Amino acid sequence: MCVGVPMQVISIEGDQAMTEVDGVKREASLMLLDQDVKVGDFVIIHAGFAISKLDQEDARETLALMRELFTPELLG
Amino acid sequence: MNYLDQFRDKGVVKGLAQRISSLTKGRGRPLTFMEVCGTHTMAIYQYGLRSLLPPEVRLISGPGCPVCVTPNGYLDRAVALSRLPDLIITTFGDMLRVPGSSSSLMEERAKGADIRVVYSPLDAVRIAAGNPQKRVVFLGVGFETTAPTIAGSILTAKAQGIGNYLVLASHKTMPQPMAILSADPELAVDGYICPAHVSAIIGADAYRFLCREYRVPCVVTGFEPTDVMQGVEMLVRQALSGQSKVEIQYSRVVRWEGNAKAQAILAEVFTPFDADWRGIGALPGSGLRIADSYHAFDAERAIAVTVEELKEHQGCLCGEILKGKVSPFDCPLFGKSCTTESPVGACMVSSEGTCAAAYKYAI
Repeated sequence: MCVGVPMQVISIEGDQAMTEVDGVKREASLMLLDQDVKVGDFVIIHAGFAISKLDQEDARETLALMRELFTPELLG
Repeated sequence: MNYLDQFRDKGVVKGLAQRISSLTKGRGRPLTFMEVCGTHTMAIYQYGLRSLLPPEVRLISGPGCPVCVTPNGYLDRAVALSRLPDLIITTFGDMLRVPGSSSSLMEERAKGADIRVVYSPLDAVRIAAGNPQKRVVFLGVGFETTAPTIAGSILTAKAQGIGNYLVLASHKTMPQPMAILSADPELAVDGYICPAHVSAIIGADAYRFLCREYRVPCVVTGFEPTDVMQGVEMLVRQALSGQSKVEIQYSRVVRWEGNAKAQAILAEVFTPFDADWRGIGALPGSGLRIADSYHAFDAERAIAVTVEELKEHQGCLCGEILKGKVSPFDCPLFGKSCTTESPVGACMVSSEGTCAAAYKYAI
């Protein structure tokens, strides 16, 4: 039940955002967020609400680090 | 496809599994890590992560499926409400098939009750606005991820002057059962895979008391397969070096302090109470009910209804499964009289129940 989908904000009107991922669009309320959100940001959507922003820089760093440390060929 | 799909990279998952194997090789007693979120349970089964881990690492599931830990008495009240005239029940889909003492919402709907599945509690508010002559009750079930969305729907209904929207609230909070399970010598949990989106709301700081009081490592972990494997690797490292601290693997979403606004909205609309957990019993301060100042939105207080006498399902081991004490395969009903097509216990009904995940992916 705690599934949250990362979706990208494509427009904002007041407390409502239109979000999209892989061609699927979904409206989401921003009323629970304590972070500033702008078009292009990723947010986690749960039951029609954005519950958190996704830090894209952090996501890319984690991916790069995981690949560097845990690619099987490199582990030998 | 977007770049976040790379968190499912099979190579990285295998690399992490190799690392975990080499770290734990030759260890005697296996390390036992518990995931306390149903979405983790699902991910672990769906991606077959257990089969990649060495025998030195054991993953067990805890009370992380909100539908599963909801006691029969709540279902019975929802069923009783659904039988009232001019009343619409709105709910997330998971609740529909859960058997109460003698009926389920699915059965009531087949008999003519107006029960509607919604994606968001805001959809339920819209249904209330469109049906002013009826009362619309939303079944407020879920942990700290979901509870703020229900609180948000109540604030929205209040702001829009929609007086016929009510919530039957049975929200639960995660840290309290984790403390109970940590103190259980029979379980001997060596670390927690802490929930991803619950933690986005309550913050990783909320688990510090577990490390302090029970010396148990906690890693807030994302839901993708590379996340789960990395979370396990971090727990292994802590356990092997005798540490017990909170770490955040899911740092792209979770902050130490959590989401202050969602926390404030929760505190405004709800108040803590001693919630009853299936399999665990009543735990002090482990639930959220609607605060007195919002009593007009509380279906339990605002709508008088006679609820049938409580009956538990004989032979069902859901309660023990929710504590991680037995696996679904230990239950005499599992896969026989209890299947996803015809479930007896809540753990088989909800898509993220431990029994449903085991039945779907491991049989």
